[in-house]
Amino acid sequence: MTVRIAYPFSAIVGQDEMKLALLIAATDPGIGGVMVFGDRGTGKSTAVRALAALLPPLKAVDGCIYHCDPKGDLAHCDAACATRLAGKGRKTVPIATPVVDLPLGATEDRLVGALDLEAALTRGEKRFEPGLLARAHRGFLYIDEVNLLEDHLVDLLLDVAASGENVVEREGLSVRHPARFVLIGSGNPEEGELRPQLLDRFGLSVEVKTPKTLAERVEVVRRRDAFDRDPKAFVAAWANADAEVRDRLLAAKARVAKIETPDAVLESASRLCMATEADGLRGELTILRAARALAALNGAKTLKESHIREIATMALRHRLRRNPLDDGGSTIRIERAMNDTFAA
Amino acid sequence: MTAATTRDGAPGAVAWADALLALALFAVDPAGLGGVVLRSGPGPARDLWLERLKQLLPAGVPLRRIPSHIADDRLLGGLDLAASLAAGRPVAQRGLLAECDHGVAILTMAERVETGCAAHLAAVLDLGEAVIERDGMAMRLPARLGLVALDEGLTPDEQPPDPLLDRLAFRIELGSVRTDELGRAASSPNTITSARLVLAQAAPVDDAIIEGLCEAAEMLGIISPRAPILALRVARAHAAIQGRAQVTTEDAALAARLVLAPRATRGPAETAPAPDADTPDNPSPDAAAPPPDPTNQAEQDTTADAPPNASEMMIEAIQAALPDDLLAQIAARNAAKARAAGRGGGGGKAKSARRGRPIGSRTWDLRPGDRLNLVETLRAAAPWQILRGGGLGATRVQVRQQDFRIRRFIQDPESTTIFAVDASGSSALNRLSEAKGAVELLLAKAYVSRSRVALIAFRGAGAELLLPATRSLTRAKRQLADLPGGGGTPLAAGIDAARALAEGEKAKQRTPLIVLLTDGKANIGRDGAPGRAAAAADALTAAQAFRAGGFGAVFVDTSPRPQPDGDRLARAMGAVYAPLPFVQAQAMADLISEVAPKRGAARARG
Repeated sequence: MTVRIAYPFSAIVGQDEMKLALLIAATDPGIGGVMVFGDRGTGKSTAVRALAALLPPLKAVDGCIYHCDPKGDLAHCDAACATRLAGKGRKTVPIATPVVDLPLGATEDRLVGALDLEAALTRGEKRFEPGLLARAHRGFLYIDEVNLLEDHLVDLLLDVAASGENVVEREGLSVRHPARFVLIGSGNPEEGELRPQLLDRFGLSVEVKTPKTLAERVEVVRRRDAFDRDPKAFVAAWANADAEVRDRLLAAKARVAKIETPDAVLESASRLCMATEADGLRGELTILRAARALAALNGAKTLKESHIREIATMALRHRLRRNPLDDGGSTIRIERAMNDTFAA
Repeated sequence: MTAATTRDGAPGAVAWADALLALALFAVDPAGLGGVVLRSGPGPARDLWLERLKQLLPAGVPLRRIPSHIADDRLLGGLDLAASLAAGRPVAQRGLLAECDHGVAILTMAERVETGCAAHLAAVLDLGEAVIERDGMAMRLPARLGLVALDEGLTPDEQPPDPLLDRLAFRIELGSVRTDELGRAASSPNTITSARLVLAQAAPVDDAIIEGLCEAAEMLGIISPRAPILALRVARAHAAIQGRAQVTTEDAALAARLVLAPRATRGPAETAPAPDADTPDNPSPDAAAPPPDPTNQAEQDTTADAPPNASEMMIEAIQAALPDDLLAQIAARNAAKARAAGRGGGGGKAKSARRGRPIGSRTWDLRPGDRLNLVETLRAAAPWQILRGGGLGATRVQVRQQDFRIRRFIQDPESTTIFAVDASGSSALNRLSEAKGAVELLLAKAYVSRSRVALIAFRGAGAELLLPATRSLTRAKRQLADLPGGGGTPLAAGIDAARALAEGEKAKQRTPLIVLLTDGKANIGRDGAPGRAAAAADALTAAQAFRAGGFGAVFVDTSPRPQPDGDRLARAMGAVYAPLPFVQAQAMADLISEVAPKRGAARARG
């Protein structure tokens, strides 16, 4: 069986907002996920799967079923990482950054984990079989068509994403393990809307549109055709471009915590949130984090207003207290508020 | 067979020739082309087409039928019950889609497929593999396949879900084919086998051809980028059938006719503004081919060998290949699309037993109709195996009655608010626009609580379902804004339509709430004939029939002053009577939310 080859991230035509949002979330996983809305066939899933191939490897504690970060807080790990690391001969191993696809129709036991049936039946052992949340720890969890996911699974996911910990209490098991991941959802508004409570939990939201110019559309078809004919050669041709993105991402991750934030920029972020009447503090926090991640990606040392301008729309778009009947006005409202705020 | 020869003759013969052509192309590259939507009732034409498909596919290629009622675990894969019990450990089984790897799956009654099932199919078509995370299993199985969707829809709004339509290259209608038109020879299996070999060594395509296909897609108002991609693959398959590795303009024109024309949302000659008015470089699609976009030419770095006007020639060839009645087809489709809103899919009752939040499993007492949760049952039995004497070495699992776990679900009561709006002339005078305002406010509430809304309008000769139950606010809003007023008041027809829809919703386990907005002045009877007295009597009869359904309802009297007629009708319907002479949208919305069923009254099913 041949392994499916992912379409290269850099070969995706246009869709700059979506690509930037994904890179920002990869730079600072604390931003809280990305929601991608868009028409059919615009490469939402392709982009996420391409990102998976691009992400740099992580270091994990060898033998830990939750692939814990050796430099992280190991006290919470059920698999006794602290002991493992202390013991002789135990090392860290490199692993690929997990990008887990949550397929539609997944059941709760596979999501949170459950009693390992085989071990229980054949050996009489009570063992926890980790679920998708454990697999996604330190990586990404991708849900295509998030609006078709059953409500109780969505609630569960949001709860874990917010707390960073998965608590399993079932079948006599009592397990808690770290589960920090970036949630990426995609959906088509025509298939049904998302609850506002759910929307607010996503850090960034982007709208993906079909390429408008003919040149772009031709390029989409041309590249897709080249990929179909010879995936390996196509991926090889884009390997350099992808490597550049990977380097940029690695550098940004190292730099993001050190970005200086002048008070004036901080203030303008607050003013912008007030001007758009975005709900709560989450918007403001997200703007700052996303802007810092952008600055890091751009190689800047200090946060500037221009960074805030670039990410404000994706950070605020889904947080405006909107009249649900007034469609599509969010982007315009944010732009107007930005012009007012930054002109002053 | 070429584009030119297939277009002569009677419409049935043409449709059949196209169907055979699509069949051969599909057989060359099933997974690449996604599949075929075969719109036709059961009959000789469809049977023959499917028979030919079987003959054309190389020997040993799997060809399986997917029944529309298939469960997720059979479709995608899951736990093999019998084998798991025999082995004493979970044994996986492949789903139907994985069994069709490198073959073709036939989806029956595709127009009734649920959104969820369509999403599974779409994911498998995209990835070429079935990904399973259920019943304690995690599997990835290759499933590169083509899908034949048998669409038996009768009305234009009955059609397979959009995610499928978007991914399948061909849409073939066999409705017009007469029996005596069947039977032209199709390609032979040998052609297909050799075409597959040619396809494997496909050469790069002229940029002019890609540009031509993209331009044609734009000209026809096709938004999805999948359409030109599929068209290009069809052109390749057509070249391969003729033993050529190089795609010609003729191949592309044929692909445009088969793939792009059925997706068109506007005609090539229509100079209607594009949906995105801010796109400055929209080619004006006239018969005289548009000049190529200057930015394109700048980017053409690999087209040195192509003649300068290749792109224009492509457009002309494509235009010549488009069917003559394209505009009529588009009009019919657009009309249907306006009505085909968020259909919930087939209303099987078994579905409800799989929906909602599992509230654990119930022990004991396995009754007929209950669904055994095997995984949970095995988990319950696991700790007792040694005690029960089987021991760890035993090959059979000892399961006792107390281990049985039955699936239980709790479902937040879903509700559907059905608006039946009197859009007659008299009502239009009496503030149809205010009624619209109230409906909009309620829509906003429905958006927050995620309940569904449906819209019925009655005016003139009868009632019309403008919007089947949907959660899509965008659609509801659009329908409402477009609602015209004028004509007589067929009140009986309105009440009947509301009742029929309410019963349908009830069958889908949703609680309907009917909001009837009318001035109560019926003047068109059930038979469509004018006459005030007969119409009023008919309305009363309809109201009584409505009452028998026991639905929650609000009768909003929009006439200038409250009248006994309205009150009497409301009582006959078993509805709350709300005379709102000075109707205020907000007051009305508040009233209706009071009557609406409260959320939280949980309903559990075994």
